[in-house]
Amino acid sequence: MNLFNTILVGLKEVWAHKFRSLLTMLGIILGVASLVGMAAIIKGMENGMKETMIAMGGADKVLLDDQDVPSYQEHLADQAPGRTMVDVQALRRSAPLLRVVSPEMRLEVLLSRAGKYVRPEECCGVWPAVIDMNLHTLEHGRFFTDLDEETAAPVCVIGTGIRDALFGSPEETGREIVPVGELININRQPFTIVGMFAHYEGEQEKRARELAKNQPARPQAGPDRRRGWGHSNWAFRRKNLTVYMPLNTAWIRFRAASGYNNIPDPRLSDIDLKVASLEELEPALQQARNVLMLTHRGIEDFSFRTQENNLDNINQQIRNARLSGGIIAGISLLVGGIGIMNIMLASINERIREIGICKAVGASAPAVFTQILVESVVIALVGALLGVGASYGLVQILSLMSPSANAPVVTAWALLLAVAFSAAVGVLAGIYPAVRAARLNPIQALRYE
Amino acid sequence: MALVELRSVSKIYHLGGEEIRALDDVSLDIHEGEFISIIGPSGSGKSTLMHILGCLDSPTHGTIQLDGRMIQDASTRELAAIRNRKIGFVFQFFNLLPKLSVLQNVELPMIYSGIATRQRHQRALGALQAVDLANRAKHRPSQLSGGQQQRAAIARALVNDPRIIFADEPTGNLDSHTGEAILALFRRLSREGRTIVLVTHDPEIAAVTPRRIEIRDGKIAEKVDLTLAGLDRPPAPAVLAP
Ligand SMILES: Nc1ncnc2c1ncn2[C@@H]1O[C@H](COP(=O)(O)OP(=O)(O)O)[C@@H](O)[C@H]1O
Ligand SMILES: [Mg+2]
Repeated sequence: MNLFNTILVGLKEVWAHKFRSLLTMLGIILGVASLVGMAAIIKGMENGMKETMIAMGGADKVLLDDQDVPSYQEHLADQAPGRTMVDVQALRRSAPLLRVVSPEMRLEVLLSRAGKYVRPEECCGVWPAVIDMNLHTLEHGRFFTDLDEETAAPVCVIGTGIRDALFGSPEETGREIVPVGELININRQPFTIVGMFAHYEGEQEKRARELAKNQPARPQAGPDRRRGWGHSNWAFRRKNLTVYMPLNTAWIRFRAASGYNNIPDPRLSDIDLKVASLEELEPALQQARNVLMLTHRGIEDFSFRTQENNLDNINQQIRNARLSGGIIAGISLLVGGIGIMNIMLASINERIREIGICKAVGASAPAVFTQILVESVVIALVGALLGVGASYGLVQILSLMSPSANAPVVTAWALLLAVAFSAAVGVLAGIYPAVRAARLNPIQALRYE
Repeated sequence: MALVELRSVSKIYHLGGEEIRALDDVSLDIHEGEFISIIGPSGSGKSTLMHILGCLDSPTHGTIQLDGRMIQDASTRELAAIRNRKIGFVFQFFNLLPKLSVLQNVELPMIYSGIATRQRHQRALGALQAVDLANRAKHRPSQLSGGQQQRAAIARALVNDPRIIFADEPTGNLDSHTGEAILALFRRLSREGRTIVLVTHDPEIAAVTPRRIEIRDGKIAEKVDLTLAGLDRPPAPAVLAP
């Protein structure tokens, strides 16, 4: 008796008891749906975290943080120099294991133009190194030249979020405005926009936006919420709401003109580093530390923050989520397996006479065994297919409930795993009933009333 | 050599310490082409004998040889193959599979002998034609009358062209008129050269077969041999005429 026939008979058996089969499959359906759903959520989480990490500058970025001096240096605390351009120059000169050193001087500003205002997430005086550091893409215009830096020129490069706020977004105006050459006021000082970055967005946002673009605009009641809070990854939102100016411009036009007792604060708000290679992270940091210990006269008021901690953290979270999801799915599948075994035992009890007849007309024990086992696997696999369908529904509901950047992603790998697991459960659950059916004595089966 | 040779076969059941000899030292030969009835009162061991003859059951003692093959030391797998190819069963309660159509029921033995779908189909239809049931091929067993169901069961028993057919009280569940039609069918099959063993408790039914084996309390009590001649001679056609 060939396998195809056996499977067909198994399917018929499932179809003959639709409701009962469905109830039996429920465990498998739930198991598969939760396995695939969990895997999808975790994958979404992972994608979101990785995107965020890249949006913030990638894995090889090292932050140089301010830190309270250690307790044995308490008496030197008021002499702590903080992070200044001296450190930057020294690192550039003496720490060859660092590929990029990017100083940032952050300003609290308000941007305005023609009666429109926006408070940027980030307004900094920077070197061109910042592009490499924060993985920016300059799409329009140019970045700052040495001459801009030298003359502290009133020029700036903006992110698309600033453009959206001051000039109008493509969604509102229906066309892409490139305000290169336009004037804007930064704290009432006129600045010329010389460049604009690309629009940063996550994979999912991008897809949603392109979909919306291809569809005719639907009339919408109320305010436009599509670019509102909570809809996009904050890392991208922040990156789009950036204004950069030359470091010297920030220093001379803003910082030098203010300050306690008319003494301007020379400290930088950030020094970001990138190492030449991640394999040599440790020696590179050691080298940077040696240099900084010199410039800080031995006062340890700084520390390094690597993305490695971050990455470990992400991986740990993902591992935990996988484990708990796996356990839940495993339990569901186990319960499903027990259900299948139960129904198969009931089914062979019901069919003792049929099995006896089959044996009388020549069904061998292996043939009966295969038949029952295949039936069990068919139930499990049909359940798995329904579960896969259910998991798509589940994922849809989940992504409606949490429209974050971490949209769940159904992976082929998870589907395969779930189906394979179900098949295994079907086999395991079917073995015992199949053995019992195969061992059935045909006489007793025929005499069975 | 006889088609079936039973030598000193006993079947002993133990029920709560009590020994039940369902068959007690039975020896018996069945030759090719014979039409035999096994007759005896209820509980005398007819079914047990038929099950052992049909390789459905194994004896406690004794040997059985079918078509030159010793059965008592065959594996269950070989027994299944022997039942499949050499033996056809007809039961009192028809024993058709209720979920399958009549045609599929008749195809069942061929499924286990691995015959291709097309050929299976044709042969099953042929067997149904032989029992005048081809027009009911697509019906479910429950949609047929008792006599039709039994004819379908006979078609199933015939379809693999077995060496011998065993029928256990084939008319026991039918009214007398239908029962006679079924008996007529068996007589026709016998005329066509089939070897048939008919188990019954009804002497009237046993009367249609040339050879009768009477069984009582597990023992063969009496043999009535209408041919009067040697067992190796086929039954005389004259006896079969009504
Ligand atoms: N599985 C069994 N266990 C115990 N006794 C049995 C079993 N099968 C049959 N018997 C006994 O064997 C005897 C013969 O039974 P059976 O062959 O069915 O008789 P018949 O078919 O002639 O009515 C009966 O007494 C019956 O009770
Ligand atoms: Mg009986």
